[in-house]
Amino acid sequence: MSDIWNWERAWEVLPDLLAGLRITVLATVVGMVIASLLGLALALVGRAPNRWVTVPVKFVVDFVRSTPLLVQLVFVYLLSPPEIPGLAIGCVVLGVHYATYMSEVYRAGIDAVPPGQWEAATALNLPRARTWRAVILPQAVRKTLPGLGNYAISMFKETPFLFAIQVVEMFAEAQSFGANTFSYVEPLTMVGLLFLLVSYPTSLLVRRMEIRLA
Amino acid sequence: MTTTAPGTVPAIEFRDVVKRFGDHTVLDGLSFSVPRGQRVTLIGPSGSGKTTILRLLMTLEELSDGLILIDGDPYTYEYLGQKWAPVPEKRRREVRKRVGMVFQQFNLFPNMTVLENIIEAPMHVLGLSKHEAVQRAEQLLEKVGMPEKRDARCTDLSGGQQQRVAIARALAMDPEILLLDEVTSALDPEIVADVLAVLRDVAQTTDITMLLVTHEMQFAREVSDRVLMFDHGRIIEEADPETMFTAPSHPRTQEFLKAVLG
Repeated sequence: MSDIWNWERAWEVLPDLLAGLRITVLATVVGMVIASLLGLALALVGRAPNRWVTVPVKFVVDFVRSTPLLVQLVFVYLLSPPEIPGLAIGCVVLGVHYATYMSEVYRAGIDAVPPGQWEAATALNLPRARTWRAVILPQAVRKTLPGLGNYAISMFKETPFLFAIQVVEMFAEAQSFGANTFSYVEPLTMVGLLFLLVSYPTSLLVRRMEIRLA
Repeated sequence: MTTTAPGTVPAIEFRDVVKRFGDHTVLDGLSFSVPRGQRVTLIGPSGSGKTTILRLLMTLEELSDGLILIDGDPYTYEYLGQKWAPVPEKRRREVRKRVGMVFQQFNLFPNMTVLENIIEAPMHVLGLSKHEAVQRAEQLLEKVGMPEKRDARCTDLSGGQQQRVAIARALAMDPEILLLDEVTSALDPEIVADVLAVLRDVAQTTDITMLLVTHEMQFAREVSDRVLMFDHGRIIEEADPETMFTAPSHPRTQEFLKAVLG
């Protein structure tokens, strides 16, 4: 048997990793829900005519984008009261971080709706809110779906950062297995494979969606 | 240029309307009016301001100066407390309700079916129940000859079909004034006739005031009561269609008609 790779160890760690994968997926899904909703809100607020609204929003967005996710996670974790679980903090920080990117995707999607759609809505005298809800957003969101998918994959791959705030996701499981058994190669390889197993098919799906919606 | 009899309020009135895009003046102090029920065709070279007039009437553009009145109601600016103030959006909506428009590029909502396109505004602007709106939409689809396309996706329709749906959608709002902006220009020649037939039917069976911008001179001659010839944002000649198309008096009109009629 090789010294580098031990199949027994690899199978032994798998149940722990799958438990960790559940947390990883959970954080990604919740984070993505927050990012999609908050991102849309940011995109809409960013279009407000009032500069007293748009300038501060733009500042916050730029601020969040130009600081590392890991720093944000640890910073918020340290500032939060201890009774809030790390996973909750992780989901929110992931969501807010990606919302700033998603807002750009929504902005592009909204801008891509032809002006004729707005004009037809005006000609039919549709109220502003109804125009957004029934005409503009359904068309804009359709265009944002591939971008949303790409960011979901990207967020999924960044969940190991949650390790830094004591969330026991897949990477943390691998680390603790390694610490107990002094075998790091098998668990970390398995983590890599599991990430690949989820993100690669997802990226293929996103690419198909891109082609279909183009 | 006003052609209304004293005592009647025109459906549309432009008073000294100026529209500039940057340094470019498209309409330069334009005044004209359209009595209720009249069908007026605007002709002239491209860039002469015809489409801008329709877009101003639909509030798709803001005018630079002057006044637009619909049934005598201020639409854009009004004289309040000795100064001009923009008409508040709420009142503007009330006035805009009387105006409908059909576009060159149809502008159907691609995320909705044919039926949904037509019932959207009657339900959410006029407050019709879904049942009433659907009934109205079905009648109109019958009128434009497309009842079987009721549940089709708009993107699956041909240009001519889309334009007929767009006409039905505009008519579903029961407008007093219908603006037709080069509605056949984006269509293949063989389906232009279908769309014109629908419009001819609308012209014959309703008393909607119509303002048309078109290059279909034969059609303009058939349906309109009056033709206005534009050049550089001004009306240089106006006449009944017979006179305009057979014996225009202005040299610019003669030149233009010779070019388009061949």
